[in-house]
Amino acid sequence: MPATIMTADDSASMRRMITFTLQQAGYDVVEAIDGKEALKRLYSTPVQMLITDLNMPNVDGIELIECVRAMPQYKYLPIIMLTTESEEARKQQGRAAGASGWIIKPFRGEQLVALAKRFIR
Amino acid sequence: MSPETNPVDTYLLEAEDLLEQIEQIVLGLHEHGDTEAVNQLFRAFHTIKGSGAMFGFDRIADFTHHIETVLDRVRDGVLPLSRELTELILAARDHIHAMLSAPHPTGALDEARERIIAALGTLLGRPEINEPTPPPRPPHHQDPKAGRSTIWLIRFHPDPDLMVNGTNPVWLLDALRALGACEVTGHADLVPSLEDIQPDRCYIWWEVRLETDAGRDAIRDVFIFVEDGSQIQIDEADEIPLAARQVLGEVRSNTAPENRQATHKQQVADSTVRVPAEKLDSLVNLVGELVMNQSRLTQAAAHFGSSELASPVEEIERLVAELRDNVLGIRMMPIGRTFSRFKRLVHDLSAELNKEIDLITEGADTELDKTVLDQLGDPLVHLIRNCIDHGIETREDREHCGKPARGTIRLSALHVGSNVVVSIADDGRGLDTSAIRAKAVERGLIAPDASPSDREIFNLVFVPGFSTARAVTEVSGRGVGMDVVRRQIEALRGSVAIESQPGRGTKISLTLPLTLAIIDGLLVEVERELFILPMVLVTENVELPIRTRSRNNGRNIVAVRGELVPYIDLRELFGMSGRPPEIGKVVIVRHEDTRVGVAVDRVVGTHQTVIQSLGRLYRSVEVASGATIMGDGTVSLILDITRLIHFADRRCRTQETRRCCVSEAVVSDG
Repeated sequence: MPATIMTADDSASMRRMITFTLQQAGYDVVEAIDGKEALKRLYSTPVQMLITDLNMPNVDGIELIECVRAMPQYKYLPIIMLTTESEEARKQQGRAAGASGWIIKPFRGEQLVALAKRFIR
Repeated sequence: MSPETNPVDTYLLEAEDLLEQIEQIVLGLHEHGDTEAVNQLFRAFHTIKGSGAMFGFDRIADFTHHIETVLDRVRDGVLPLSRELTELILAARDHIHAMLSAPHPTGALDEARERIIAALGTLLGRPEINEPTPPPRPPHHQDPKAGRSTIWLIRFHPDPDLMVNGTNPVWLLDALRALGACEVTGHADLVPSLEDIQPDRCYIWWEVRLETDAGRDAIRDVFIFVEDGSQIQIDEADEIPLAARQVLGEVRSNTAPENRQATHKQQVADSTVRVPAEKLDSLVNLVGELVMNQSRLTQAAAHFGSSELASPVEEIERLVAELRDNVLGIRMMPIGRTFSRFKRLVHDLSAELNKEIDLITEGADTELDKTVLDQLGDPLVHLIRNCIDHGIETREDREHCGKPARGTIRLSALHVGSNVVVSIADDGRGLDTSAIRAKAVERGLIAPDASPSDREIFNLVFVPGFSTARAVTEVSGRGVGMDVVRRQIEALRGSVAIESQPGRGTKISLTLPLTLAIIDGLLVEVERELFILPMVLVTENVELPIRTRSRNNGRNIVAVRGELVPYIDLRELFGMSGRPPEIGKVVIVRHEDTRVGVAVDRVVGTHQTVIQSLGRLYRSVEVASGATIMGDGTVSLILDITRLIHFADRRCRTQETRRCCVSEAVVSDG
């Protein structure tokens, strides 16, 4: 069974791109439009990796990471944050909250797939 | 969203949505708390920038970076959200909008860009914002060491909490193995005694001897996510400076989790599917055909009189009706989006005319067919411009009359039966009946001694070219008059009504059908051909005995309760053979402000039907707005009254005959 990856991003085009790229690489992808939906779906759908944007409405990326880390089943879940070059402070917050890694926008599809391969066995 | 949707298209749609959101937020700034509004603005611009860079919109990403920088300062409380800044945000929004629609840079765009960037720079207190670091292109490794095989010695003391952050040291070692031949030695000397062990901490550290042609950067990339908490040392085997070992990792910097929590009042986005309008249109067409075939089936079933057939046919009839309602329901969209466009219009125009005007919208969730909504924008823009320009007085005038200084335009939508009534009401000076009257007399539209009712006077503003505006302003009065509005609304099978009270304001109500896909029609017959006239325009039917025709000396005029009404003879106009029946019928329809008759052989009855658009080959058939298939499979045309009259009018001009000069008769009658 292919591994399931969740992408949480309020940008439909980013979700589209991430989903498309990862599906091409053989992963199942679950989309969430913000942190709130991500948390809701994480309860019902077990995922093997989470890729989250940091700036999102309702529950933002940092809060999401904290909440996910607090869920016993996701204690060791690889969590990747999407950041931009200008967001160093946010990146640090994300790391403190428990993110496993990050990827800086803009990135290429192969970079994302390489990341997924690194974190999912 | 279908899986084949191109991310770039998605981005374009998304960016437009975000721009609209930005506009709403800016225009609504005084309405709710500023902190969340600024957060929303920041996020919207951030997404435009981030996703823009992803999909090759570098110019947009660069430009958006500037506005994002300023908003970030506002978020931090360094800069106030001044009026100047909100205007700049709107300007930036418009600029991004322009860049999205123009694929290549133009001089005008560049100029606007420079102006906005300079203004943003001034706000930040420096003449020019630093050029943004261009969005980093995805890295292509160009390592000086790359290409020749080197032996590396790597020491890796992982962050004890590494695993709690979702990483596994084994994966890192595997990543090193992927680079080349590896010898990995694990060291357990730091593992504490059993009672001190926390099972999810990592106490082991590793030494790795790696032979690879990848460079140092490739190796550091493996540890990129863990280098903050871990100690990583990468040395080339033949040049280990034992004395000066550089510890690459540093103690994790503890950034306090600052104001990242913001209260979120924003509504959760509805889960929706975006479908191209053409797909829906073809679905509607298919359902239309299904409905028509179904009625043929019902007729055929009735013909056979078999009860075994009748019951499933009835069931299908019910299902098809339900399907039709559902499919038409898909195209229904709340009018709110159309309304929201006007906030900006009112904001901009009232600033231009130095008036203070609030726009209040009601019934934004009232649903209308998308095709109606799409065509409603222009007339509404015109009516709102009128309100702002002519309706609402200047602040001084208002205060003088004891009215509140701020004017109000109330835009509302509401269901009335199978129609939707959209009304635009202002609390301005109202229509000047005496000015309209004087103008009408001057133009010879009414007799000087006539005493028309207020209602009749109001209706005069729909006469083409009628304007009482004393001066043509930037905003309105440029010749596109209320007659155009009425024509546009009537093209949607709707109607316009005006109410006005001097000094209290004007209210214009547009009554529109819920959908354009179904028409209530009057079925008429000429020489065994069936035609459909839109029921909303029909006022009455009168008889036309053949002798009355000849008595009128060949002129197509019929007396309706003492009033002469011109009529179009369909048989004559369409060149159909055969003789008219002894007693024909004239269907009287409303056209602009007058009445016009349509002479037919027989009126069959009312008929609710699904409109089919005519195919490509029939595009030149201007008198018909569509067609429908009857229960027995025959096709009947749905006549477009306005175009029918124009057609008849042109026909008689080219034929140099005065027999059917309907429009002339209309004018002299009106």
